[in-house]
Amino acid sequence: MGCWVMAGITFREAARKKILWTALLAGLGFLALFGIALHYQIEDFGAHSSAPFIRYQILSAMLMVGLYVVDLLAVVMTILTSVDTISGEISSGTIHAIATKPIPRWQILIGKWIGFVGMIAGFVALTFGGTIAVAYWMGGVMPENAFHGALLVFLECLLALSVTFMFGTWFSTLTNGVIVIGLHGLAFMGGWLEQMSGFTESARLVAVGVVTSLIMPSESIWRRAAFEMQTPLAGSLPFSPFANVSIPSPTMIGYASFYLLVALGIAVYHFHWRDL
Amino acid sequence: MRKEYGNKVAVRKLSLMVPLGSIFGFLGPNGAGKSTSIKMLLGLVKPTSGEAFVLGERAGDVAVRRKIGFLPEHFRFYDWLTPAELLRLHGRLCGMAAAKLRERIPVMLDLVGLTPHRDKRVHDFSKGMMQRIGLAQALIHEPEIIFLDEPTSGLDPMGRRLVRDVIRAQRERGATVFLNSHLLSEVEVTCDNVAFLKDGEVVAAKDLHALGEAEVHVVVRARQLSPQAIAGLAPWTTAASVEGEQLTMTARSSDVLPHVVRHLAASGADIYSLIPARASLEDLFVRIMGEDRGL
Repeated sequence: MGCWVMAGITFREAARKKILWTALLAGLGFLALFGIALHYQIEDFGAHSSAPFIRYQILSAMLMVGLYVVDLLAVVMTILTSVDTISGEISSGTIHAIATKPIPRWQILIGKWIGFVGMIAGFVALTFGGTIAVAYWMGGVMPENAFHGALLVFLECLLALSVTFMFGTWFSTLTNGVIVIGLHGLAFMGGWLEQMSGFTESARLVAVGVVTSLIMPSESIWRRAAFEMQTPLAGSLPFSPFANVSIPSPTMIGYASFYLLVALGIAVYHFHWRDL
Repeated sequence: MRKEYGNKVAVRKLSLMVPLGSIFGFLGPNGAGKSTSIKMLLGLVKPTSGEAFVLGERAGDVAVRRKIGFLPEHFRFYDWLTPAELLRLHGRLCGMAAAKLRERIPVMLDLVGLTPHRDKRVHDFSKGMMQRIGLAQALIHEPEIIFLDEPTSGLDPMGRRLVRDVIRAQRERGATVFLNSHLLSEVEVTCDNVAFLKDGEVVAAKDLHALGEAEVHVVVRARQLSPQAIAGLAPWTTAASVEGEQLTMTARSSDVLPHVVRHLAASGADIYSLIPARASLEDLFVRIMGEDRGL
């Protein structure tokens, strides 16, 4: 019961404080930009009468870039909107009137988490689905395994959300933000190092990338999503930033899911025992 | 209970009993550990050692929190809500049914005088209005014990009177009120019992109804007061000093005053008047806490 009350108030807070609408507006802004870019590219195809196969590959590559931006946008939105929810209420004392009500503390935290999960699901559905719809409507291109890809992007956001909650039970809002953005930056770098190692064939670079992905597996989830959504031909193009040169295994996705649950578990445990 | 933060001891030894159905004042200077003590009783802060029981159950348990209302010292809340929405949220967190809340919310808004402001957002409220809505959320589920941390801070005289009336009404319906306040005059007219906290330890507890009996300030106008006569007052007084023809003393109770008069008359003093005055809570506070150490 307490969970749903907290989930509802978290969702309403985002809506009432215009956080939700600002995020959705940013998503719509991106979709508009993506549509304009596609429109000009398609017009240029007409001028240069490119071969249909080349047209399809270029538009597919543009769609992948668009989906990558959606992924980045969704993760950053997740962190920015949730970074203050635990630490901010602890430091302001708002939590005192809530935590003395007859609901266990875990329900406060999980309720908030569920509220954010609802918002993130809406954001990912709108931006991810919107990007695919725009690409299909304007250029006739569709990614492979789109639903699977969307689920992986959603999983990456849930991972970022759980890690943000976990550090939020320890640190102030600012410190929490620095840590989580820093970790995601680390994962981003690790992912690209692994990707580069495919071209340079450096085993040591692979090792650095793998270790970084184990520290924060968020970028690995995207690279798995990219692998799932690309056609085998597009994935095999060596010059593509999303080339299938270092594909995270399903085990890595399992590890990321486990990581998410552990982070959430630690958040619940620490929030239960800490002084407020 | 004891609470330590690293090397700092916030609460050294908290041991107190609060009579059910009374208004209990918890007093002490800044930094004495009052807020930490309340937080331990509410389960917000875990004691380093020891335990407390509220209504027979371990302090902080969910079952106990169902029977507790709390107004924090610095009441902060989701200020984007209207007061009615805020009370609905708190009521739902207390497990109240929607129908019961529909009936209770207007009553609570009326009780704290916020009915004319029911459609405003809480972020437009003054500090006094925040205190009032905070009080309403603490009472929404008709708790058996209400913890109020500085409930009158920021309130104007009308607001203070309203809070005082609300507190008394809670006692009338059988609830216990645990009041933490710096305003000793408020405590004096509201509370039945008080405990004094100093350096994280309860150093005294008093029944305020018996306070007048226990401690009496007396001013005596007399001539021929000898030092021996003053020294001989010790069995009946805790302090005595002479300035000219005026003897000021604190008698242990009004019962001893006839002994004092007989003693002074027997020593040869000429007594012109004897005026007893009840010791104020502030006097008692200052005497128990000692001089201001700049806390």
